[in-house]
Amino acid sequence: MSEQIDDLIKSHYAAGFVTDIESDTLPPGLNEDVIRFISAKKNEPEWMLEWRLKAYRAWLEMVEPHWAHVSYPDIDFNAMSYFSAPKRDEDRPQSLDEVDPKLRETYDKLGIPLHEQEMLAGVAVDAVFDSVSVGTTFRKKLYEAGVIFCSISEALQDHPELVRQHLGTVVPQKDNYYAALNSAVFSDGSFVYIPKGVKCPMELSTYFRINEAKTGQFERTLIVADEGSEVSYLEGCTAPMRDENQLHAAVVELVALDNAKIKYSTVQNWYPGDEEGKGGIYNFVTKRGVAHTNAHISWTQVETGSAITMKYPSCVLKGDNSIGEFYSVALSSNFQQADTGTKMIHLGKNTRSTIISKGIAAGHGSNTYRGLVRMNPGATGARNYTRCDSLLIGDQCGAHTFPYIESKNPTAIIEHEASTSKVSDEQLFLCRQRGIGEEKAVSMIVNGFCKEVFRELPMEFAVEAGKLLEVSLEGAVG
Amino acid sequence: MLSIKNLHATVEGKEILRGLDLDIGAGEVHAIMGPNGSGKSTLGHVLTGRQGYEVTAGEVTFMGQDLLALAPEERALTGLFLAFQYPVEIPGVSNMEFLKTAVDGMRKHRGLEVLDSVSFMKQAREVCKRVDLDQNFLKRGVNEGFSGGEKKRNELMQMMLLEPHLGILDETDSGLDIDALQLVASGINSMRDSKRSFILITHYQRLLDFIEPDHVHVLGAGRIVRSGDKSLALELEDKGYGWLESEAV
Repeated sequence: MSEQIDDLIKSHYAAGFVTDIESDTLPPGLNEDVIRFISAKKNEPEWMLEWRLKAYRAWLEMVEPHWAHVSYPDIDFNAMSYFSAPKRDEDRPQSLDEVDPKLRETYDKLGIPLHEQEMLAGVAVDAVFDSVSVGTTFRKKLYEAGVIFCSISEALQDHPELVRQHLGTVVPQKDNYYAALNSAVFSDGSFVYIPKGVKCPMELSTYFRINEAKTGQFERTLIVADEGSEVSYLEGCTAPMRDENQLHAAVVELVALDNAKIKYSTVQNWYPGDEEGKGGIYNFVTKRGVAHTNAHISWTQVETGSAITMKYPSCVLKGDNSIGEFYSVALSSNFQQADTGTKMIHLGKNTRSTIISKGIAAGHGSNTYRGLVRMNPGATGARNYTRCDSLLIGDQCGAHTFPYIESKNPTAIIEHEASTSKVSDEQLFLCRQRGIGEEKAVSMIVNGFCKEVFRELPMEFAVEAGKLLEVSLEGAVG
Repeated sequence: MLSIKNLHATVEGKEILRGLDLDIGAGEVHAIMGPNGSGKSTLGHVLTGRQGYEVTAGEVTFMGQDLLALAPEERALTGLFLAFQYPVEIPGVSNMEFLKTAVDGMRKHRGLEVLDSVSFMKQAREVCKRVDLDQNFLKRGVNEGFSGGEKKRNELMQMMLLEPHLGILDETDSGLDIDALQLVASGINSMRDSKRSFILITHYQRLLDFIEPDHVHVLGAGRIVRSGDKSLALELEDKGYGWLESEAV
């Protein structure tokens, strides 16, 4: 680390801030010093620190958004710590026996293999499995193909120019309140670069980023698919993820250059709070992709967790003939609130977008679809198809839809279909009278409802997603 | 097989069954007839455990078990089947998936090995032929877009695959033309044996031309007011229900 930065930081410490740079965790509070600390800790290039500070200063001028159909107590941004290092091995559980039995029960129900359970529970890696061998074979294959897949922190060390070229080009620092916050304090995330004409030889999964056993609070992910390349990326896992930090504000940027294809799949089961709705994670995410000429971006998500979700994975269909897709299943049970959807912005000619949204509300949950389809003046011959279906289970839950359509091109075609249905007592009774238990019946009906979306998931995720819904709906009936 | 003693049941606060007694032995076919509001469908719903029906008095023993103490799916697994009068649609769940899930459950309960998909598919297709339903329907959602007749045949198909001990047919003949009626009747007749029993709930004696009952009962004001053999049905056809109502207490 350069002496200049070192001095700068130490001088701020003199003002009574933090004790020393070796410390692993910052006390709560957010100010420019915190950001400098984070950047210095990661040994980031100067431009990165400036980029963060610019975002922070913009954030200070911005107002927290309250237009979503969700309600929650005000967030105190100064009550959070913005940096904590990964746990040392001595502090981790030494085996699964030390892990919360309820958590283990859920892992078992989801059919997660033992060694994966160990990894998810944060058991000391050395005591687990040969992570080196798993990582090695995988990395070798990618290296041979020329694919870069590493953490953003590593990318800033090894490929800073690539990061600099694309970071913030899809989601600028000032895009929205939480994106600005993320830009200022992002902890880590994935960086992916696929070279021209390369079809990535395997599906990339955050699971394989061995360095990051714990998902960050402010994750920043950047995926760049160069001309003619293809990649499929999987984020998240079915296992319930707990975190001491309540607020999760991630940013994901996708860049699909000419003729490239990016498929981004998410299965998310952040801790949703208890049956009373207490605790639980707030998941406020900005995800967006830019598709150039003939490019293709596809978002698929299965969201069953979080106490409050606000996310709108979007596509900017910049290049002619580009395609954007959004397939989503969002479940709100107990007291969860989800306001989720997508934005398809058609700029180029003959651009196409497809939106299939399946919202399921159960218990006292509230599920909202919010979508925007915009056809700009240049979107000649563009076409959108949207179908938004809601399923209600029980009579204490709510489903809402806010579709926005803006068209400034008379040749663009926009189709919107919506339906709301209830799992009826008659349907459940028919199943039960055939010997099928109530919970199995609900899960069968819900799976049938979500089929179209599950079909778009990479296979192993699809199986997990089905099981995840089943587990998430337990106790939601009756 | 089935023994009902002094059954009283209310729906939405109104008492529909008022002390119904009925005994059904193995291998027997009983027809239950009666005017609208007499409680015919209510009997089927109470026996199968449908929500919204409250049993206020009485006992029901089925296969030696206290039926009223069991949940609907448990009653089904014990071998009780109800062919609905108005089968409901379940879009999104294919008939095949629905049938396999139900049959798998039944086989497990009976200690039998679960069939693999291919073997089951074969069996399902054979039964399809027997009830004259197109095999493509297996891929469609449960009862989705089915005509009335097709729904009734789907009920029959499910009964054939689940092989219940007691099949209750709730006005299965309603809405069927003669050909469909004959098909359904021959399907039921093919399932008759010394161990399996049926309760045919019907308005009209027409069905009984094709399925010969061992006993005929007439429901009036929530209880059985008259029992006899098949000739009783013919008498009703001739005289109507009014004749019995004047005799009911």
